[in-house]
This record gives sequence, C-alpha cells and structure tokens, in this order.
Amino acid sequence: MRALAGTGTLTRLALRRDRILIPIWVAGLTLIMVASASSVDTLYPTLESRRHLAEGLAHNSSVLAVYGPANALDTAGGLAMFKPGGLVFVLVGLMSLLIVVRHSRAEEESGRLELVGAGVLGRYAALTAALLAAVAADVAVAALITLGMIGVGTPVAGSAAAGLCFAACGLVFAAIGALAAQVSEGARAADGLAGTVLGLSYLLRAAGDSAGSGGPGWLSWLSPIGWCQQVRPYAGERWWVLALPVAFALVVLGAGYALAARRDLGAGLIPAGTGPSSAAAGLRSPVALAWRLQRGALLGWAVGFAVVGVVLGSIANGIEGLVGDDPAVPDMLSRLGGSGGVIDAYLSTVLRILGLVAAVYAVQAVLRLRAEETGLRAEPLLATRVGRIGWAAGHVAFAVLGSAGLLAFAGLLAGITYGAEAGDLGGQVPRVLGAALLQVPAVWVLAGIALAGFGLLPRLSVGAAWGVLGLAILLGEFGPLLRLDHWAVDASPFTHVPRALDAAPATQPLAWLLAIAVLTGVAGLAGLRRRDIG
Amino acid sequence: MTTAIEVSGLVKSFGRTRALDGLDLTVRTGEVHGFLGPNGAGKSTTIRILLGLLRAGGGTARLLGGDPWRDAAALHHRLAYVPGDVMLWPNLSGGEVIDLLGRLRGGIDPGRRAALLERFDLDPTKKGRSYSKGNRQKVALVAALASDVELLILDEPTSGLDPLMEAVFRDCIAEERRDGRTVLLSSHILAEVEALCDRVSIVRNGRTVETGTLADLRHLTRTSITAELAAPPAGLAEVPGVHDLDLHGDRIRLEVDSIHLSDVLAVLTRAGIRSLVSQPPTLEELFLRHYERGAEQPRPAGLPAATR
Repeated sequence: MRALAGTGTLTRLALRRDRILIPIWVAGLTLIMVASASSVDTLYPTLESRRHLAEGLAHNSSVLAVYGPANALDTAGGLAMFKPGGLVFVLVGLMSLLIVVRHSRAEEESGRLELVGAGVLGRYAALTAALLAAVAADVAVAALITLGMIGVGTPVAGSAAAGLCFAACGLVFAAIGALAAQVSEGARAADGLAGTVLGLSYLLRAAGDSAGSGGPGWLSWLSPIGWCQQVRPYAGERWWVLALPVAFALVVLGAGYALAARRDLGAGLIPAGTGPSSAAAGLRSPVALAWRLQRGALLGWAVGFAVVGVVLGSIANGIEGLVGDDPAVPDMLSRLGGSGGVIDAYLSTVLRILGLVAAVYAVQAVLRLRAEETGLRAEPLLATRVGRIGWAAGHVAFAVLGSAGLLAFAGLLAGITYGAEAGDLGGQVPRVLGAALLQVPAVWVLAGIALAGFGLLPRLSVGAAWGVLGLAILLGEFGPLLRLDHWAVDASPFTHVPRALDAAPATQPLAWLLAIAVLTGVAGLAGLRRRDIG
Repeated sequence: MTTAIEVSGLVKSFGRTRALDGLDLTVRTGEVHGFLGPNGAGKSTTIRILLGLLRAGGGTARLLGGDPWRDAAALHHRLAYVPGDVMLWPNLSGGEVIDLLGRLRGGIDPGRRAALLERFDLDPTKKGRSYSKGNRQKVALVAALASDVELLILDEPTSGLDPLMEAVFRDCIAEERRDGRTVLLSSHILAEVEALCDRVSIVRNGRTVETGTLADLRHLTRTSITAELAAPPAGLAEVPGVHDLDLHGDRIRLEVDSIHLSDVLAVLTRAGIRSLVSQPPTLEELFLRHYERGAEQPRPAGLPAATR
C-alpha cells in the first residue's frame, strides 16, 4: 500500500480545486436530463402523439445516428434517454477524462506534482487521486439523475439504470483519460488523445445505430458509449450489459497503472523528439509563433469537422424518404427550427450544432492567450519589440479565421456529399456552405466575449468564457425545451442566426452579431493594453 | 546620455499588498549594476515595471531615455531580458526559441550565437519540455547575450546554473561590460556580485536601503580588529563607533564602524601595538546586516512582505 501513500490528501486537494467545476458539470448534466423528461408531458400530452413521435424518430437513420438506439420513445424516460441522453453520454465521458488528466498529467507537466511528490507520496497516489475525483463526479451524476428522474415520475428501475449507465460511461472515459495521461508527456496531448477515443466511440455507435436492419449494427457493440446505451433504461433494463463497460474500464486502468509503474516522473511513453537547432526563416513574428503553437490543434479539429461534414451530407438525402408522409418528424424538426423542407430543417439544425462546436474551438483558441500568460511564456515575448496587441493578434486570428474556416470546410464537404447524392452539386454546395457560414458571426460573438474577459477580467476569464458558452448552449438549445422566456432564449447568439437555406438570409441580425463581436473584441484588446501582465 | 535607468519613488500595489514603496534605482550607462534584496523585496516587480509589463502606481521610471510603459515596444528594441523563471514552449526546440527571441529583439548575431552555445554547452535541438531548469535558463541567456542590444536586464540569471556555467556567465558579463553594454543584474550570489558589479542597490520591503559602490558600502560597515598591545589602551571606550569591545589582559578584540577606523588605530598605536589583525567586513556580513534589519524593525501594519 506504500504505492498509494498520500492518495487521500491528493484526492481532497483535487476535490477542493474542483469544488466549483464538478458541481457545475454535475448540476448541468442532471438538469438537462430531468428538465427534458419533465417537458415530455407538456410537449406530447397524449399517448397517441408520443407514439407518433416515436415512430417517426425510430425510422430516421440520421436521428438515430445523432442520439442512439430508439427504445421506449413513447415514454418520458425513454425519450429523455434518447434525446438529450445520447449526447449526455458524450458529456459525462468528456467531464471524466478532463478531470483525470487535469489532476494527473497536467499537475505533473506543471512541475507541481514534483513539489508534492517529494513528500510522502506513493507512485500511484496522483493517478489514483485523479481517478477518485472523476469517480466521485460520476457517482454524483448517477445519484442525482436517478433521484431526479424518479422525482419527475419515471419508473424507479429505469431511473436507476439510467444513472448507472451514465456513471459507467464516465468510468470508462476516466480510465481512458488515465491511460492517455501515461502515454503522452503533455496534458493537452493527453486530453486530445482521450478525446479522440471518445469521438471514435461516438462515431462507431452512430454508424451502428443508424445502420438499420441488415446493416452493420454490431458496430455499436464496439463502442463504450454503445454498451452503455444498450443497457436500455426504461425499455426492459438489461443489467448484465453494465458489466461490459465496467470490465473494459478495469482492463484500461490496469494498462494505465502498469505504464505508471514503468515510467519516470515527467516522462511519457511517446518520447519527446528533438527539433531543429535553428528556427525556420519564417519564425520571426508573434503570428508565426501562434501558428506554430496552434496549427496542430486546428488540424485535429479540421479532421473532425471534415468527418462530420461528410457524414451529415451523406445522411441528409435519405431523410425525406425515411420520413415519408409521417407528419411527426417534420413537425418535430420544425419545432427545432426551420420552416423549409425536412432536409433543410435537418441541415440547419445540424449546422447550428456545428456552430456551437466551432464556438468551443474559438473560445479555447482565445483562452490560449491566458494560458501563455499564466505559463510565464508571454513575458519574454512582451519584453521584445512585440506589442501586446501584436502578441494577441496571432491567437485571435486563429479564433476568428480558424472557426470560420472549420465551418466553411464542414459546410463545403456536407454540400458536396449531399449535392452529389441529390444530383444537384452546383445548387447545393453554395446553399449548404452559405448556411454553414451564417453561423460564423454567432461564433465570433462568443470569441469576442472570451477576449473581453481576457482583457478586462483576466483572473476570471477562463471560467467566464466557458460559462458564457455553456449558458449560450443551455439557453439556445434547451431553452425552448425548458419553456424558458423569450428573452432568455434570445440571450444566446445562436438564436439569432437565420435558419432558412433558401430565402435570402436576414442581414440585420447578422450585422448585430458582427457588431457585438467587434465591440467585445475591441474592448478586450483595449483592456489588455492597459492592464498588468502576469 | 549617462543614465540608462532612472527610477525614483516607485510605488506598486497588488490589491492590499504594497510591493514597492518608494523605490529608487539609478543605473549609469555602461555599468554593471547589482540589484540585491531578500526574496519578495520587490526586485522582480521593479524589473517588470521597467519592461512595461506592469504599470507603476506612483513615482517615475525612465529607461534608456523613454517611458517604459508608453514607449515599451520602441525601448524593447534596445534591451534583452532574462526572466527568473524561464518557461519555454514545450514543442519548440531551444534553438528555435533563441532565434525567435533574438529576431523579435533587434536581431541576432549568428557567430555569437554559435559561440555562446558552445561555451554554455547547450544542445539546441532539444524540445522545450525536456530541458532542465538550468538549461532553460541557458536558452534565455544565449538568446539575450547573442542579441545586439544596449541594455541587459537579468533577473537572477544564474539561479539554476552549475558552478562551471556560472563561471562562463561571469566571463560573458565581463565581456559585455568591456563592450560598453549596461547590465542590471538581480542576484543573490555574493561572489558573483563582487566579481561583476560596479555598483549595487540593496532593496528591502519595496524600498532602496543602500546604494553605491561596494567600497562605499563597506565603508558603512564594521571592521573587526584583534590586537596584542604593549599597554592597556586609554580612552578606547570614548571613541565613537566602537562595538563589542573585549579587553583581556593585553589582548583586545573589537569591532568598529569603518569610518572611525583611524581613530581606533590612533588609540591603539599610542598604547603600542605588538601584533594586529584587521578584517574588513565580508560581503556576507554586509548583506546580512541589510537583509536582517527588516526582521529587527516590526513592519508597519498593513504592509505585509511583498510576494512578487
């Protein structure tokens, strides 16, 4: 047990450092599930209307791809597990892996662990403490979702299964985070590695769930997220399936601990290579440095957006045929936004979600500035002839141009694949690309707000930027479901993005969004010029 | 121009902590100026204000004839800075960082760069994340020393270097002085300060407590004397500046403020000196006296030790 000495102290330290972050995650995830389950009765008051909806959803492969297998969709619990539950699995996984990496590899990379490690600290203490923090969050999610779902009147067994399968999903990705933290030397890279596994799990089950009869439905059984959904809460719970994610998590954890036993503090499995002995001629400006620091992340995001664009484009054409003349799905989709045809409504919905994802990219690109500042890497640069605005410009350019480029890339690929299948390449490419680019001003608003926080309230900027983004998603995407007031829904910039693909988009809201983005951005830069660095 | 850095009455507060409380500092062009003080005395804060990273809360600061806050970018053409905590980008090699920082200053001399890499025994192909503290410091030092600038601002530049590398560093700074460059050197290593610095300023609790050449400062401190006398000395207790007098038969030990040294010697000579050992104050004593004086006087309420 000497290898675990100090685990308790470190766990308490981790939970204390995350005393705000974890409750926000847990409360947010619980709220999404419970609010969604409680709104089903008002949105679909009769059994008839729910059957209708269930029928429509269950036969739409693109909806199945996004959310997962359709089980018991005519019940409030089943519907909540489907939507938004299918996405909550991803969020629980993300939360867990971020917590683990944050308290293991990130601490090690910063050198803080070394400081602590010189005390009485076992070899596995840091990793175990990080895992315990993540497990604590997962258990809290499970308990609160179970209680909340019982509270809004869904069956007890189903509610318990729902809580457990979210926790199982969290456990798997906590384990994957732990393994990734042993493999790579940087926390950023570890997050990326574990996040990639999360993305692949989601894609595998999306492919399996949307395959239909005769298709490769077994693909879902290769995905940890797929396993958790196959527990089928509210639809004749299959408790034994829970053994799969738990066993898998234990195997991955075993591998993680085995690596932790073999490596040195600070080292990774992937050794740090050497670099050039002198800089390329182009590395002579803050913009060039920002490119050097951010290009890898942008490339990764571009690959993700490309995959999503192609997948979305290729499913789009099949939607109309699947829906047929069932009125339920167009009704639901138009409730989610869009007044045009079913495909257009579908495309504008998924492009808006893509816009939210692009906003995540933009915000993290802006926050890179703060990381550079607190990491003491801004100081030597600002002691050269680089001005503060020049320094910020490089990273802001990534937020602004990178997010627009990602959306354009995904829109272009979606347009090409959809247009090719619909036999209307020339017509569809500009339409879909245009609809994707409509999201850009709303994305820039969130980047602008992040920049304003960085310039004016640097100490709060990281939390504030993610908080605003989370609020925009919550209000804009779940506001209508939660039956919030109009002003609350309108507070999300994405509410103001014109949806129609056909009609000329309303330019006024776009102009407003652009103006807000510019104003907040300029306010942030002005604040940066006036404040202390460090 | 004869002063490279002219700071007077500098004030800076962080929240309720007063890091600088009327600090003065004058660095003449072409000199190596030692900047000394206990941890948290305000050295790094002063340097950050001089670099335009922090805005002064009061007082004046002039750097190379300009305003360090307003003219930051223009002034930074002419100076190079080595921070106390050197952090590098994990995925850039040391060589890339040296070139980048050099280019972002006035430019870098490739011949000097190669020579310095050789002298500091630094492998420029390693990535930032795999350098040790000392090696990260060397990267910043090579980048600063290879740049063509008038002023070097070095914040405890040798804190991670081994003794061999420290010697190389001293040679480099001596060369810089010969070339007429001005150096502001914040340091805790007394031998280094003694070997390199023309003048020093000692700060404590955000204020300058002493400034001058080392000879000036020594003058302000005590010399210890041990002597064997022919007869008991008369009137020694009346000589001003005598401390810790210990008379034992014909043997005498005492400490005397250096400005009163000749008065004491006159008394001793009258008594007849058989042997005499006089020890000038060591640098350690000199600094400890200045550093410790803070501990003797209670700090004014509401002025905790600065943390930056």
